[in-house]
Amino acid sequence: MKANCWHGKKDMRVENVPDPKILNAHDCIVRITSTAICGSDLHLYNGFNPAMQPGDIVGHEFMGEVVEVGKGVQKLKVGDRVTVPFPISCGSCLSCQRNLFSVCENSNPNAAMAEELWGHSPAGLFGYSHLLGGYPGGQAEYARVPYADVGPLKIPSELDDEQVLFLTDILPTGYMAAEQCDIQRGDTVAVWGCGPVGQFAILSAFLLGAERVIGIDRFEYRLRMAREKCKAETLNYAENDVHHALMEMTGGRGPDAVIDASGMESHGLGLAGAYDRAKQAMMLESDRAVALRQAIMAVRNGGVVSVPGVYAGFVDKFPMGSVMNRSLTIKTGQTHVQRYHHHLLERIQKGEIDPTFIITHRLRLEDAPMGYQVFNDKQDECMKVVLKP
Amino acid sequence: MATQEARHARGQDRRHQPRGWDDGRRSNSGQAGDEGLSRALGWFSIGLGLAELTAPNAVARLIGIPEDDSNRRMLRAFGMRELANGVGILAQPRESGWMWARVGGDLMDLAFLGNNLRSHESQPNRIAAAAAAVAGVTALDVLCGQRMAQDGDSQSHGANRLWSRHIDVRQTVAINRSPEEIYTFWRDFRNLPRFMSHLERVDVQDDRRSHWVAKAPAGRTVEWDAEVTEDQPNQRLCWRSLEGADVDNSGEVRFERAPGDRGTILRVDMRYTPPGGIVGAIGAKLFGEEPQMQVRDDLRRLKQVLETGEVTVAEGSMALTHPAQAWPSHTQPALTQPAHTQTANSGR
Ligand SMILES: NC(=O)c1ccc[n+]([C@@H]2O[C@H](COP(=O)([O-])OP(=O)(O)OC[C@H]3O[C@@H](n4cnc5c(N)ncnc54)[C@H](O)[C@@H]3O)[C@@H](O)[C@H]2O)c1
Ligand SMILES: [Zn+2]
Ligand SMILES: [Zn+2]
Repeated sequence: MKANCWHGKKDMRVENVPDPKILNAHDCIVRITSTAICGSDLHLYNGFNPAMQPGDIVGHEFMGEVVEVGKGVQKLKVGDRVTVPFPISCGSCLSCQRNLFSVCENSNPNAAMAEELWGHSPAGLFGYSHLLGGYPGGQAEYARVPYADVGPLKIPSELDDEQVLFLTDILPTGYMAAEQCDIQRGDTVAVWGCGPVGQFAILSAFLLGAERVIGIDRFEYRLRMAREKCKAETLNYAENDVHHALMEMTGGRGPDAVIDASGMESHGLGLAGAYDRAKQAMMLESDRAVALRQAIMAVRNGGVVSVPGVYAGFVDKFPMGSVMNRSLTIKTGQTHVQRYHHHLLERIQKGEIDPTFIITHRLRLEDAPMGYQVFNDKQDECMKVVLKP
Repeated sequence: MATQEARHARGQDRRHQPRGWDDGRRSNSGQAGDEGLSRALGWFSIGLGLAELTAPNAVARLIGIPEDDSNRRMLRAFGMRELANGVGILAQPRESGWMWARVGGDLMDLAFLGNNLRSHESQPNRIAAAAAAVAGVTALDVLCGQRMAQDGDSQSHGANRLWSRHIDVRQTVAINRSPEEIYTFWRDFRNLPRFMSHLERVDVQDDRRSHWVAKAPAGRTVEWDAEVTEDQPNQRLCWRSLEGADVDNSGEVRFERAPGDRGTILRVDMRYTPPGGIVGAIGAKLFGEEPQMQVRDDLRRLKQVLETGEVTVAEGSMALTHPAQAWPSHTQPALTQPAHTQTANSGR
């Protein structure tokens, strides 16, 4: 089959690789009909994950048709149409039973590696390095899906792929980011990053009762989408002093909750940004946290800092004093997709959410490398790339 | 999820020793990791120091401060400091003093950046950000400095752990199943090869006796007869090899109900006495593997088998080629057929 493989920094290649096989009784094989490129994939593309090996198949936002099931699979049948959550979860460990699917205790076969870096291992993820299991990803024609009765969500035939594809990751991610904010009536929420995750976080914050949501980015087309499609107020951080502007907008109190939807590659202007870039380039810190630091400093006393943005290692100059002295709460995590996808599917069916507005590029799987480049470089007003195998 | 404590005992009753007094693997790998970290920091210091000394303008531009005389002088001074630090770290990689010098250096950098921020901007939020930055210290530097200091303390206790007769392994895992279920699974020794990677087969002879066949390096096998020495159902199970074993060994597994109805905490103690007596503890390998790691991975697989019914595998993970893999029978390749059936059948 054809698959999009990582070969090094900014080097993706669509190659012929062996078809996946059922390896365990609870596996199924999915023939992929739609798959997307995620902001998380850009961290791999830009070489920030040292546990990638040349030839690794990437991609974790995919859906399709079940073409084969293992002997132990009970709920899924050949022919079912499914979306596949990006965290691989066993469904029976203590974490899974508590709906903490992305920290499943059993699904990372390379858990020992993750324990060295993080103390404990989270769940394995599709196409996201050997640190998180070494599972082939879903930017391919077929994928093996472990624990087939736990993850995949059956999709009714009247919905088309594009309406439900983002149930695999970014829609639940934006939703969980907003849910973590514990939004009360009248709250103001500020969101750093107006990429796909940021857009869905804004949308969800309003769904969950926020009165004002402020989207922050430097790309005008992304800010425009946040204003026009998600009804946010926006701030261009290249033109404004973000902290100052936020204080002005909130009477000096600060937003009630802040969301970092930009992650470890967040971009900084001026001194602070250069400082992080230099340190990261010299391997002194692994993650740049420009947006996260700014978000922490801006949130009101006693507020919530919600972090869907991905971090991998160590962050420098983390303002713990601000967190502690001002009674802040930090909530974060890879999304527990299985906790949210039923509910969000219902909302899509009822017409309350239409996630298709973020799709700007539809490409063939063969064109994946171009898709990465366009998405990474924010060319051609790119917001979200969907690939059709 | 699995935690481990492994020691190379010297004949005392293991359970009465203070836990973690000689945590072989963890401190070894910790040292290696920290040394890597500190070397990287050392080279960073040298690189940054040289750049600050020789190209202060470029550095000033890179970090975005004005290229004026006073900044250049400052950067040169920082350059000297970084260079001295870097050489110090690399020359004496176990010396945490130099690491703490780096931490101090970071604070200097921050104070400097803070000054610059203040001189250009008087907006209150900028000053707040600078102050916040100055108050922060480098996580990595502090981490490295602390861990190296700890290792220095613990090294004095480790002096006599180099040689001993046994390899002792202690591992713990929490499993989301009742003690009864886990005990029943374990008590049927034929199940052990499903998660113990080095075991090829266990034949149960009667209620107390069994015959074990394990893989050894270079395609060989080792075998032994074992007997149950203690059996408290759902609580504790002990066994040991009998006379004539290729590798003398014994094991104890305890099943403790976890508080709050959260399954079972399983504790395993195993002791191996390889032929030839004295074991070089640091280089001790069992069946070609680090014994602590091996048992830890075994318990991880036990948890997978009991909680999910299968051993988790990914195409790109080591586990795929793992002999302990519980292959579903319809895809079962030749792996089911133990490679050494004949030797194994000969028994003893
Ligand atoms: N928690 C999860 O499970 C999960 C799931 C999906 C994605 N993510 C993460 O969420 C983040 C965003 O994903 P995405 O798909 O939207 O990616 P994206 O790269 O399209 O969006 C990131 C946006 O952040 C903006 N940004 C960068 N620096 C900024 C700053 N200092 N202030 C404000 N905005 C800044 C960028 O301009 C960009 O528009 C990534 O880190 C991704 O890995 C997490
Ligand atoms: Zn993603
Ligand atoms: Zn689980």
